[in-house]
Amino acid sequence: MSFISYLINGISLGSVYAIIALGYTMVYGIAKMLNFAHGDVIMVGGFTIFFAVSMQGLPPMIGILLAVVLCTLLGITIEYIAYRPLRQAASSLAVLITAIGVSYFLQNMALLIFGANTKAFTSVVTVPAIKLAEGQIIISGETIVTIISCIVIMIGLTLFINKTKAGQAMLAVSEDKGAAQLMGINVNGTISLTFAIGSALAAIAGMLLCSAYPSLTPYTGSMPGIKAFVAAVFGGIGSIPGALIGGIVLGVIEILGKAYISSQMADAIVFLVLIVVLLVKPTGILGKKIQEKV
Amino acid sequence: MKGLKLSKNVKDNLITYGIVILAYLIMEIMIKTGHISSLLQGLLVPLCVYVILAVSLNLTVGILGELSLGHAGFMCVGAFAGAFFSRYMQDVIEVSLLRFVIAILIGALSAGIVGFLIGMPVLRLRGDYLAIVTLAFGEIIKNIINVLYVGKDANGLHFSTKDSMSLGLMEDGDVIINGAQGITGTPKDATFTIGIILIIITLVIVLNLIHSRDGRAIMSIRDNLIAAESVGINITKYKLMAFSVSAALAGMAGVLYSHNLSSLMATPKNFGYNMSIMILVFVVLGGIGNIRGSIISAVILTLLPELLRGLSNYRMLIYSIVLIVMMLFNWSPKLINLRKKYSLKRLLKKTGEVQ
Amino acid sequence: MAALLEVKNLGISFGGLRAVDDFEVTIKKGQLYGLIGPNGAGKTTVFNLLTGVYKPSEGIITLDGVNITGLKTIEINKAGIARTFQNIRLFKELSVIDNVKVGLHNHYKYSTVEGIFRLPGYFKMEKAMTEKAMELLKVFELEQEADYLAANLPYGKQRKLEIARALATEPKLLLLDEPAAGMNPNETRELMDTIRFVRDNFDMTILLIEHDMKLVSGICEELTVLNFGRILAKGETAAVLNDPQVITAYLGE
Repeated sequence: MSFISYLINGISLGSVYAIIALGYTMVYGIAKMLNFAHGDVIMVGGFTIFFAVSMQGLPPMIGILLAVVLCTLLGITIEYIAYRPLRQAASSLAVLITAIGVSYFLQNMALLIFGANTKAFTSVVTVPAIKLAEGQIIISGETIVTIISCIVIMIGLTLFINKTKAGQAMLAVSEDKGAAQLMGINVNGTISLTFAIGSALAAIAGMLLCSAYPSLTPYTGSMPGIKAFVAAVFGGIGSIPGALIGGIVLGVIEILGKAYISSQMADAIVFLVLIVVLLVKPTGILGKKIQEKV
Repeated sequence: MKGLKLSKNVKDNLITYGIVILAYLIMEIMIKTGHISSLLQGLLVPLCVYVILAVSLNLTVGILGELSLGHAGFMCVGAFAGAFFSRYMQDVIEVSLLRFVIAILIGALSAGIVGFLIGMPVLRLRGDYLAIVTLAFGEIIKNIINVLYVGKDANGLHFSTKDSMSLGLMEDGDVIINGAQGITGTPKDATFTIGIILIIITLVIVLNLIHSRDGRAIMSIRDNLIAAESVGINITKYKLMAFSVSAALAGMAGVLYSHNLSSLMATPKNFGYNMSIMILVFVVLGGIGNIRGSIISAVILTLLPELLRGLSNYRMLIYSIVLIVMMLFNWSPKLINLRKKYSLKRLLKKTGEVQ
Repeated sequence: MAALLEVKNLGISFGGLRAVDDFEVTIKKGQLYGLIGPNGAGKTTVFNLLTGVYKPSEGIITLDGVNITGLKTIEINKAGIARTFQNIRLFKELSVIDNVKVGLHNHYKYSTVEGIFRLPGYFKMEKAMTEKAMELLKVFELEQEADYLAANLPYGKQRKLEIARALATEPKLLLLDEPAAGMNPNETRELMDTIRFVRDNFDMTILLIEHDMKLVSGICEELTVLNFGRILAKGETAAVLNDPQVITAYLGE
């Protein structure tokens, strides 16, 4: 029975990873860059809700809405100020380092405003827990909300990309910026939109993450961010279903690893699985094979 | 013609060595005359550590052209291997310099071997995939060290991955590596002078490697893998060579680091991916492939937060802004053009651009 | 004269697409051989098969009596085939002379230790390499630019440098993929002289892909024409170029 509980917890954590991984994967697909600051946008989302709900006493829904709006604006601003000028830079490392700079900036900004000590985040989820198998398995409200959110986001995003003009524009830009531009697509606008969506998802992920693991520091987003990035690579970076698969697999491995092998080694196990997968499939589970033309 | 070129390389390298030696002499004089704060004095050995790390990472990133985010992992291997040896041999080899030299060799060798073993499977991955796998390996190394317990007693060495009790040591036993508590009581053998000597050794190895047959092969892979293969360059061999030499030098830096601390722990702060990223920042800001640039940016970026210490809480915020602005200034094509247009002299350009 | 390169029944498929089918060629020592055909006929694919960039689905490639089918690119280079690329592939951040020295890599050796510690072997070999590289650069009139970055060379000289680099590996067979692409008529004429010079002075056998018919008819002794991955015609240059089938394939109906 405890195995099933662990599995459910794993899927729940994995759903959060999947939502974060979506942000990485979409941005990578379209801007071909690792947005190292993405994890810190999660943290900003968490702090916004903490500020609105716990400090100002606003209703949770308002807090979540605020977080989504703020993170969306933040994502667009970061792209505009820090990444766009480097899009044509001679080395792709330049924008990676700038992203690291942005990550430091967000962390230290939060440190200045909220201080270094851990904040107790009050869960904003009010859905009651479900008891199964005569109370042996308890599925918390947070878990239910997380998994449902993940499913809704996945379906919504897939529909958005396949059925809307803006979604098709995203696909076109990720294939070939130059050609997309020639077809009359607003490349800058499309990239901004991608950052906006990715950051809005990060806000939601921040809400879910902090509700499930209710402690908040300026570094809260860092490790989940890295792991979600691992999930994105694992599933095949650039692929939306890949992000889902990668996130869930990673979450399940992490929770089961913690439970059955060693709590200290759980992260190492996650990373080891990633390495093995990449050695067998060098571009991830659902990644496209790229071959250089000679 | 050729003689002229050789001497240009040699001149370039001599300037680099000269800068290091000059910096050393100035520091020594300031120490002797007491014109140096204890804070700065405490930073001298770490500075050497960071310089070696930056120069060695530049071998992978700038010369081989592969992105590695696991450099701190190799430093970690070196730090623990070296510190373990020194602790183990503390009573056997009493001459501290000799012990330290052997510790450095052991640290470098262990990190080099780990680099070789990791490089063998992963170096066929490219770009961001290689980056994430090296990051993963760095984290795994740190995790393993955190659950490693090693002790010694009259019966020899005992290993465990559970806790220090399960080592089953006798009463006179000594726990050398104590899991997450790491190694305590490493002799403080590291000095500024040794640090500078190690920097020079690193420079000799890296610069001479670059300007040799092997270095050309490594750079040819960076510039065009398919063409390199077509002229008979053994890709795997040279990738592995660059990667393991880079790892070994990082291991050497690790030994220096661990012998400057009385207690060595593998925390996310010193050996995690954040450290790897910080070293990468040194390399990119100093100019990818530019060895002298790595040295200078490692020194400036290490000192910057200290210089900003008066600004207390704002210092890391300012550091991050400086980092972003410098990257935009150095790499944005628009700003580069603007600078070329309005640069008063080429002087500015020379320090700002790669090579 | 003995055959240097013998290819029989060579073929490769990408997915369902038959890129090269039943290709065969025999090239004698010292010959200047041309491979022509419309765009997309599979010429470069043949080069990629010969140099091990692609593994052939079937067929046998024999170089100087040695079966080299399915070997890796570097092994094939060591066996004696060197090439240039249609889309120039130089080591752009290396100097012109260093590009050639990379080509000399397998013939002038000293150990890593000698290199790092600057032992006598390093100086001796580097000196020999420099001399040899300069000699090759002179053939292509690149000696003035020896210290330039390869990326800074004008286009025509980049093509020449690629040939110099390939020659540095001391091949038996040299494959040139559109050596005259992007050159003006003057440069092309010069290039023809250079190719002849290389053949005569280096005892080289050369197989080249080219669209410039002046160059092809000017220097190639024999031709094979590819169309849709299959051999359309082969034989002596003049005869092949007058073949009505070939003219149709090039000019369309």
